[in-house]
Amino acid sequence: MTGEGAPPRVFLVDDHGLFRAGVKAELGESVVLAGEADEVEAAVELIAERLPDVVLLDVHLPGGGGRAVVEAVRSLPGTERVRFLALSVSDAPEDVISVIRAGARGYVTKTISGPDLVAAVVRVAAGDAVFSPRLAGFVLDAFTEMAGSTGDTAPATGDPDLDRLTGREREVLRLIARGYSYRELATELSISVKTVESHVSAVLRKLQLSSRHQLTRWATQRSLD
Amino acid sequence: MVRVVFVLLALSGGLGIAAYVVAWLFIPLEGDDATIAARAASDRRGLTVAVAAVPLLVILVLVSSALGASWVNSFFWSLVISAAGLLLIWRNATPPEQVLLHQAVAPLTSKLETSGTPHRHLRFRLLLGLALLTGGFVMLVVHDTRRVVSLRPLGGLLLVIAAIVVFFGPWWLRLARDLVSERQARARAEERADLATRVHDSVLQTLALIQRHADKPQQVVQLARAQERELRAWLFDGEVPGSGAREDKTFAAALKRIQNEVESAHGVEVDTVLVGDCPLDDRLRGLLAAGKEATVNAAKWSGTQLVSVYAEVEEESVSLFVRDRGRGFVEAEVPADRKGLAESVRGRIARLGGTAIVRSRAGEGTEVELCLPMVGRGHSTPSRT
Repeated sequence: MTGEGAPPRVFLVDDHGLFRAGVKAELGESVVLAGEADEVEAAVELIAERLPDVVLLDVHLPGGGGRAVVEAVRSLPGTERVRFLALSVSDAPEDVISVIRAGARGYVTKTISGPDLVAAVVRVAAGDAVFSPRLAGFVLDAFTEMAGSTGDTAPATGDPDLDRLTGREREVLRLIARGYSYRELATELSISVKTVESHVSAVLRKLQLSSRHQLTRWATQRSLD
Repeated sequence: MVRVVFVLLALSGGLGIAAYVVAWLFIPLEGDDATIAARAASDRRGLTVAVAAVPLLVILVLVSSALGASWVNSFFWSLVISAAGLLLIWRNATPPEQVLLHQAVAPLTSKLETSGTPHRHLRFRLLLGLALLTGGFVMLVVHDTRRVVSLRPLGGLLLVIAAIVVFFGPWWLRLARDLVSERQARARAEERADLATRVHDSVLQTLALIQRHADKPQQVVQLARAQERELRAWLFDGEVPGSGAREDKTFAAALKRIQNEVESAHGVEVDTVLVGDCPLDDRLRGLLAAGKEATVNAAKWSGTQLVSVYAEVEEESVSLFVRDRGRGFVEAEVPADRKGLAESVRGRIARLGGTAIVRSRAGEGTEVELCLPMVGRGHSTPSRT
């Protein structure tokens, strides 16, 4: 991780050169560009070589998508510090969920404003999770659905807590979905920003560890609507 | 394919050819409303010429039968009809049909011109055809003097037909093939034209507007966003652009429509997040109408470019939050003649038996919270604050 105040080193993976140029312009001086790639193989190789703080990752990539990049990099030794932030135009639940479950620390849409993107990159570089309102909505929806469907059967993970959100976590996610920033959210709930971050990270962990089968089913159903 | 059938029919005698020509008259080319016949009916000069030819031919037939060459008769009537038909077709064909006719005739003419070239199979066909033709005619003519064997004229006729097939068969085949491929090409061209129209009506128009408004970023963004949405709906959801409003069946669809409408009308981004979904009923339509009013208010008065809408459908209630980070307002200071919030939002929700809470602080934005208990699905208290 970079020291306090030092701009994070960012690696950009997107198959559209135009979009990469746009993101670079928006990030500007706030980050150091560690490199860029337009397809899975080159991305994995360069990321393993340069070890950036944050990889801004397009969900849709030729040759396996953003998920393939996360999984391939994670399988290499010495890449634990590299964090992934997923970027997508599609908002299709199964895309988002799959890249988060592969290990991305957050998800934002490509229409995000420059300052918000920088803030998200800094947050991910610091080891926190970044939930866009949409992702928060997905997660709430998924866990509501799962709570409903697991009513009469035993949770598949063996750990019932992983398939359920706590009341506080639901509250936090609802406020994120309503468009609150972490700071506003902390004020609203009278808790510290750090506590908000830990709640979000806990949700992210649940999302990554809970029953794969049910989440996948939920995501598929949602995308068929 | 119809024409191929007729070409086969043509083998069964001259009448087949006549039928083919008549069919050509009455079967319109795909995409054409009028058949050639319809146009021919209004072509007086053409009809006159066609009709004038009839007495001439009748005389010819009479003379030929008087001379004892009765076999001429069997071909003549079909020839008369065919000639008249072809005349009418030629006179009344539309330009694309004339091109088609030229193409159809071209292989035949070129064949006649190049019959001297050392094409083996062509020579062979010519020789074979001539042999068959001679044989056939001999048999037919001989039939007149000896009337004993009744199978003979039939055999003669078959030989003549075989000769015709050998002469013209490849040409007919090619004719049929050309017709089929011509039709396919036409269908493809129509599809392309349709696509071009759609792209023109949507994408090109928008690009033109964007160029004109290049100095007004907000309008450019608004146009690009609306176009993106329309293009996506067309490419991925199969919705025809500009097909207009359909009745929404679910809460999710109705919410999405509100997002689209407010974004297009006010040039702000509306970020909607929905948890759960359910079929629409009149109360939910009321809730959505109030939510839309709140969203429009935020778009108009907050001064920001982003309005967040969050909706949650639960067992016992449906909630809708509309939030902006704009300038905020003090409700008591809103002029009395602006009824949006009081009437369209609070009044409407109150009549539906729900609650509406407005939180706003100057400089920090506004959040409108609407909650509607769902009667019949559970007891009627809002699930949370």
